Amino acid sequence: MSQVLMAHGGGGELTRQLLVERVLPRLANPLLNPLLDSAILERPSGRVCLTTDSFVVQPLFFPGGDIGRLAVCGTVNDLTCLGARPLGLSLALILEEGLELETLERVIDSLARTAEEAGVPIITGDTKVIERQRGDGILINTTGIGVLPEGLDLRPARINAGDLVILTGVPAEHGLAILSVREGLGFETALASDAAPLNGLAAPLLALPGLRFMRDPTRGGVAGVLADLVEETGLSVEIEERALPLSPIVRHASEMLGLDPLNVANEGKLVIVIAPADASTALARLRAHPLGRHAAIIGQIKPSTPPLAELITAIGGRRIIQRPMAEATPRIC
Amino acid sequence: MKATLDALQRDAEGLGELRLMEVCGTHTVALFRTGVRDLLPSNVRLISGPGCPVCVTSQGYIDAAIEAAASGEVTLCTYGDMLRVPGQRGSLEALKARGARVVVCYSIRDALKYAQAHPKEQVMFLAVGFETTTPASALAVLEAARLGLERFTILSGHKLVMPAIEALLADPQADLHGFLLPGHVSVILGASPYRPLVDEHGLACVIAGFEPQQLIDGVARLVAQIKAGAPALENVYRAAVRPDGNPHARAITQQVFVAEDTEWRAMGVIPNSGLALRDEYAHFDAFKRFSLSLGADYDPPGCLCGQVIQGRVQPPQCPHFGKGCTLTQPIGPCMVSSEGTCAAWFKYARRA
Amino acid sequence: MCLAVPGQVKEVYGEGLERLAKVDFQGSRVEVSLAMVPDAQLDAWVLVHAGYAIEVLDEREARETWDYLKTAGLYDEIPPALEPKP
Ligand code: SF4
Repeated sequence: MSQVLMAHGGGGELTRQLLVERVLPRLANPLLNPLLDSAILERPSGRVCLTTDSFVVQPLFFPGGDIGRLAVCGTVNDLTCLGARPLGLSLALILEEGLELETLERVIDSLARTAEEAGVPIITGDTKVIERQRGDGILINTTGIGVLPEGLDLRPARINAGDLVILTGVPAEHGLAILSVREGLGFETALASDAAPLNGLAAPLLALPGLRFMRDPTRGGVAGVLADLVEETGLSVEIEERALPLSPIVRHASEMLGLDPLNVANEGKLVIVIAPADASTALARLRAHPLGRHAAIIGQIKPSTPPLAELITAIGGRRIIQRPMAEATPRIC
Repeated sequence: MKATLDALQRDAEGLGELRLMEVCGTHTVALFRTGVRDLLPSNVRLISGPGCPVCVTSQGYIDAAIEAAASGEVTLCTYGDMLRVPGQRGSLEALKARGARVVVCYSIRDALKYAQAHPKEQVMFLAVGFETTTPASALAVLEAARLGLERFTILSGHKLVMPAIEALLADPQADLHGFLLPGHVSVILGASPYRPLVDEHGLACVIAGFEPQQLIDGVARLVAQIKAGAPALENVYRAAVRPDGNPHARAITQQVFVAEDTEWRAMGVIPNSGLALRDEYAHFDAFKRFSLSLGADYDPPGCLCGQVIQGRVQPPQCPHFGKGCTLTQPIGPCMVSSEGTCAAWFKYARRA
Repeated sequence: MCLAVPGQVKEVYGEGLERLAKVDFQGSRVEVSLAMVPDAQLDAWVLVHAGYAIEVLDEREARETWDYLKTAGLYDEIPPALEPKP
């Protein structure tokens, strides 16, 4: 038996075997091990944060990551952005009939490694099987629970004109890496996805009183977060193209595909807004972390009517930045 | 770069409004995206001409393509920008959502590959574009002939740049001082076809590439020519554009296509401005194979695209711009296409 | 959409109208047809449009293009971050 069968989702002996032999040993931890109907956590001090995300990725494996790694990073990072310390994740697997068990194991292995990297255990889970339907092989939902330290309030309402905008590293790597495995594009790149859990990177910033806001620029790219900022604060944002930490390879790959790197997805970056007084400290702490080596101050919040996100281009001209309309589609021509 | 900009500023001073036209969609986008437009002297006005291949395509062609896809007879292969252009029966994108076979290609080579992999399907490629894209279509036809791809066709909407420029200049209202000439079209054509613009029309002409320095150099040379009262044909994109262009590419085009009178959006039929397949390749001609004919040309109701592509109207002058017509809800092709003038203004310069 | 930067031919295969190449753009590659540039050899710098190489640039010219990019400040290594403004 090397493939997932409908019976693996039936709740009988096969289900138990699948879990006990293939899934659980890879995820073992004290909270999960009792395999109760629910995970039991001690009541934390502070407020509780809850977030959920579903993962549908094709192909399942790509340079720098896979659906398992994304499923941990996405949810951990959503908690991280609010300043919450993640306590645990639930894991719901929806498997397609016919999926190679070996593929499942690879995904779970990666998921387990990423959970360990983040220091966040999988504390409860569920597995179902759906009929073969040219689906995605594996769909994953993770829900994350976290605790928000007393007094921490990271909401756009606290942003002021004059605050600085930090990007924690080179943008667009995830989206470009995914495109390189898209069928029919004939695009190869040395780039790998940046998918990474960011709780460790963000943790040393939480004590800074000037920290106002963090968001991970996933599908809408950095441009999407800047557009959010403008909408949610009614203020303007001015970004300096020359300050963007763009690596030559990202620049060229984007240029080649006709994409604006600000519009391309990331899975391991944060856009941070911080008061000027704390910006140097924040930058130093970010750069001391392996995931923040290329962190840079890329711009500033401005008072302005009408509220706009603008880019000062490399040659000193101005243009506006908008949320991309749809998924960035390449144009090789 | 600073020095060029300063010189440009000095040269432009006191010259009154200078109306310069770019006729390449990539120039249009690059001028906005790099911020070059923002740095030009206030009396230098860049006007976008008929340089966006999707935008200049007559509505009759678009409706014929949509009709073909709707018939269920063909698998329609197309560059992505055509997907959302609205026609009488909705867009290709909408048809695709309802199950029509529409395949997005990055290159016509993708369409050939698709045809090879699906020998039972009638595969029709929407071949639009100017001189740079045409040789690729010609090569695909030659390749299809060699491979014996019986069911591969192209719907040629290919167009030539110079006849359209001539048509624009025939309008006595056209009040232009110079042309920023396209980079890649010129890589194929070379410089000589533009001669009449200088010799007969007395216009300043500069061929330029796409990087900020190229764009600024191009505009600076145009203004310097105008200031000196000495229109000339200059090439600041010498790294890529040879005086004679790429004769191989032109020969390939010649072998497969022949010039014909073609209808452009809102500009009417322009003599010898389009390319049709030669009789030897009639087998690959979708018009003939499927007895398609071009319907009437029209702009979507209220849309000024036809005026926009001729540089007579700037997007913000259209009452729909940014209101009824946005990137998410485009009304006309100039907002749909990534190289459309309305899309460029909307993306990079809509400040209200 | 025209692609401004030249790429370098890193692999050539096939013949005549079917002559293809892998063209490298500083770490990313695409497959393009060399049918329009029959003279293009390995390591040649080419301009690419819609899956086809349309012209060969000599090395000096190609580097000139790169110099343009440098003067635009666009193709440097990762820039030093702006220091916080007071
Ligand atoms: S703004 Fe929209 S409606 Fe107006 S001309 Fe442009 S595409 Fe047409």
